[in-house]
Amino acid sequence: MSMKQIAEWALNLTNQHGVSYADVRIVDERNRALATKNGRVGHASDSTSLGIGIRVLADGAWGFAATEDLTRIAVEMTAAKAVEIARSSARVKQHDVRLAPEKPFTDEWATPYRTDPFSTSVEQNIDLLLRVDKELRAIEGITLAETNMNFRRYEQWFFSSEGSSIHETKMTTGAGYTAYAFAGTEIHKRSYPNSFGGQYQNKGYELIEELKLVENARRIAEECVALHKADQCPEGNFTIVLDSSQLGLQIHESIGHPIELDRVLGMEANFAGMSFLTLEKLRQLRYGSDLVNVVADATRNHGPGLGTFAYDDEGVPAQCTPIITDGLFTGYLSSRETAHAIGSNRSGGTMRAEGWNRIPIIRMTNISILPGEKPLTFEQLIADTDRGIYMQTNRSWSIDDKRYNFQFGTEIGWEIKGGKLGRMLKNPSYSGITTEFWNSMDAICSRDQWTLWGTPNCGKGQPMQTMGTGHGASPARFRNIKVGSAYKGT
Amino acid sequence: MLTRDKASEIFERLTKFSTADEIEALIAGGQSALTRFANNTIHQNVAEENYVVSVRTVFEGRTARATTNKFDDESLKQAVLASEALAKVQEPDPDLLPAAGSEDTDGAPPVGRAFFETSSLTPGQRAQAVDRIVNIAKKQKLTAAGIFSNSESVEAVLNSRGLAAYHTQTSSEISVTMLGGDSSGWQKSNSPDVRNLNPVALAETAAKKALQSAKPRELPAGKYTVILEPAAVLDLVGFMFWDFGGMAILDQRSFLNNRVGTKVFGENITVWDDVSHSLQSGAPFDGEGVRRQRVQLVEKGVVKRLVYARSTAKKMLESEYAAKVGPVEPTGHGFPLPNEVGEAPINIVFEGPGQSAAKGVDQMIAATERGVLITRLWYIREVDPYEKILTGMTRDGTFQIEDGQLKNGIRNFRFNESLLHMLSNVEEMGTPVRASGEESFDMVVPPMKVRDFNFTEVTKF
Repeated sequence: MSMKQIAEWALNLTNQHGVSYADVRIVDERNRALATKNGRVGHASDSTSLGIGIRVLADGAWGFAATEDLTRIAVEMTAAKAVEIARSSARVKQHDVRLAPEKPFTDEWATPYRTDPFSTSVEQNIDLLLRVDKELRAIEGITLAETNMNFRRYEQWFFSSEGSSIHETKMTTGAGYTAYAFAGTEIHKRSYPNSFGGQYQNKGYELIEELKLVENARRIAEECVALHKADQCPEGNFTIVLDSSQLGLQIHESIGHPIELDRVLGMEANFAGMSFLTLEKLRQLRYGSDLVNVVADATRNHGPGLGTFAYDDEGVPAQCTPIITDGLFTGYLSSRETAHAIGSNRSGGTMRAEGWNRIPIIRMTNISILPGEKPLTFEQLIADTDRGIYMQTNRSWSIDDKRYNFQFGTEIGWEIKGGKLGRMLKNPSYSGITTEFWNSMDAICSRDQWTLWGTPNCGKGQPMQTMGTGHGASPARFRNIKVGSAYKGT
Repeated sequence: MLTRDKASEIFERLTKFSTADEIEALIAGGQSALTRFANNTIHQNVAEENYVVSVRTVFEGRTARATTNKFDDESLKQAVLASEALAKVQEPDPDLLPAAGSEDTDGAPPVGRAFFETSSLTPGQRAQAVDRIVNIAKKQKLTAAGIFSNSESVEAVLNSRGLAAYHTQTSSEISVTMLGGDSSGWQKSNSPDVRNLNPVALAETAAKKALQSAKPRELPAGKYTVILEPAAVLDLVGFMFWDFGGMAILDQRSFLNNRVGTKVFGENITVWDDVSHSLQSGAPFDGEGVRRQRVQLVEKGVVKRLVYARSTAKKMLESEYAAKVGPVEPTGHGFPLPNEVGEAPINIVFEGPGQSAAKGVDQMIAATERGVLITRLWYIREVDPYEKILTGMTRDGTFQIEDGQLKNGIRNFRFNESLLHMLSNVEEMGTPVRASGEESFDMVVPPMKVRDFNFTEVTKF
């Protein structure tokens, strides 16, 4: 049975029930997850999931139902359930849902990659992880070494009552590791290439080869142990320089989430929260300094980010939206339902679902700060900084439910003195108010220092949906930032 | 719903495809539905049905897992083959034990947690309840947001050593946020039995909080006496129980490294893990099918015991830490194998102060000269793993207390607070209740009055 035939069972039934709109997503997903701990395989697993999700608009309200059973009777019952749910939704509404127009597309697209990660052998994958593990534990003082590698193939067939038929396959690859050192009354950790799972991109196995995992392991382990002898990060107001991965997370939390239009409109008020970026601030708010240019770019031109695709899960083509232009707030992440709220006649194409059993909601695509136009290496940035603190690799992150007040901790820091990196600092942290922070940015490194980081675990929605997002960033400098609050008074 | 017999039939078919020394199947899934509302409108409304079978095979100390949501012979065969292929390429793990046997699961405490009234709830019934919540919002000129969900789920573990554990239960949950112009209030409740949920009461309390906290004032950051409602307590303390597993000590990643057997909290803190408690939920067996035991984790501030999966217990007994961590034995708290985490207690029950000493939140407020009432916390993250310093924000109903009364709403605070410090400074507690938050799993906790809670910053609302 073809996927189109299965979708037609659903669309025909919803049509008979007189819905004003329906779409069907059939998703076939495969994952491989490998991990090691202290010289042994921690877990090795393979999973597959195939199912159908049916979304309908009836009586001006949404309904959605999903099943893993792709027999005709199950699909039709699920479609009927979606209609029943929509009609129930319509009992509590203030107005009818209105969708921005979108022309139907028939298309096929797949993530470009050089090596299918699933074609690589598990032996090869585990061997690499165990070589990293060996390097980490070669350093005296390391009490725990963990590594991981993950592949995901996500194939989706999208059909809508408006005539779209889109077949899209996304491939994601990721890997990373963390070394821990416990001694006395402190536990320190260092991660590479990033914390909380490493680096993830929509790429093939070539990403793993590019990451130079083994080559960096000893340095990371040595830094982890050295943190026990490092001085505590001081408290006070300082100039700080952030590495690109920490800046990527700063973008995620203090730009990416507040620009989600569903959040702005109160649709996430009970759980993920709302946003300080109320509608009147569009094209009025000075979000950051003149150097701050941020885009939401889902197109292939932006790179192989976790937010790169051809069409979103409403069948809207990938787009690049200017979010902050020379410091001015210029754009939101929108959907077909919400576009009208900002006077737009088209969705920004940001609706994505975690899987076949979830509805699409507004998600970050690749929310990236553009690199500086003038050539500026990391070394030149440090040389240009008389006094400050350089912070690297996130350790903790927290921000209020309107995305004003944030606090971040990093795994490691170094004092900057006289244009040079000096003594190592443990437990660095910084905090502030979103717009004050971005307005304090006075330097950002150029394109050659820019990395498109992947955040594979962004949570939003009820039921909770986990989504991958991309964040490009270069190291950047911020003036007069509050440092050290995390340990103040504790 | 997938029955016990059906689970056995699936397992029988799996075994035919396997050449492994041992085979184990974890079968889980069910039906769930969630009605979501915001701006006084149902804006998302979903339902799903899904079951998975997760197959673990073992060859001479080597093990791996493969999962599928398809139950035809070919899909099951592919899952078995995938699991075997992953297992065979590994080095043997000397710590891997033979699978648990039926003797390990027999005697699991009976828990009746499946209710027809919950599983049969319709979209129309959920919409009706949401309508009542929205009407309360409209009456108070507020805006309502939240969810009403219900589900019916099954969990089964079967293996080639004859173990067959099966559990089915229902769940229901209502969460309500009421929004005013510059304030908000929140309430949440869940239960296996939907008849225990009262949407109107939750909405009225959330609305009252939103109205009372209007025109919030700004208080300076600093140390305050706080009264934490149960949801705020559970979202904080939930961060420490992942460290109460034996594996966390073996990995030296626990804040209990060198602290088991010592007094780390106040005299009034006693904590159990108890799956059979009447306010708890979940299966009475763990990820290997082993029956869960009732374990006293903390007694009068002293950490008494940890929980163990079978292999962790063996490893601990052979380790240098064996004499320093209290009794060591499998307790039925393991996660499905293979995993790196080991185990954790997930049915937490705080012991209350006794009926005569228990104080309700209102009584705590009345006895507080100057302090802060916290309804809910948000975006809590660990700042320091050994001192267990957490950061996060207050949210949806934060009040100034003065001279024994709620004075007004206040702007939300950021805190940086050590759990060791906090649980050593609990001045009063109420009767423990089944609480539900957003940052941690549900547990049975009391409201707490805590002195010197450390607020470090104030946000703009």
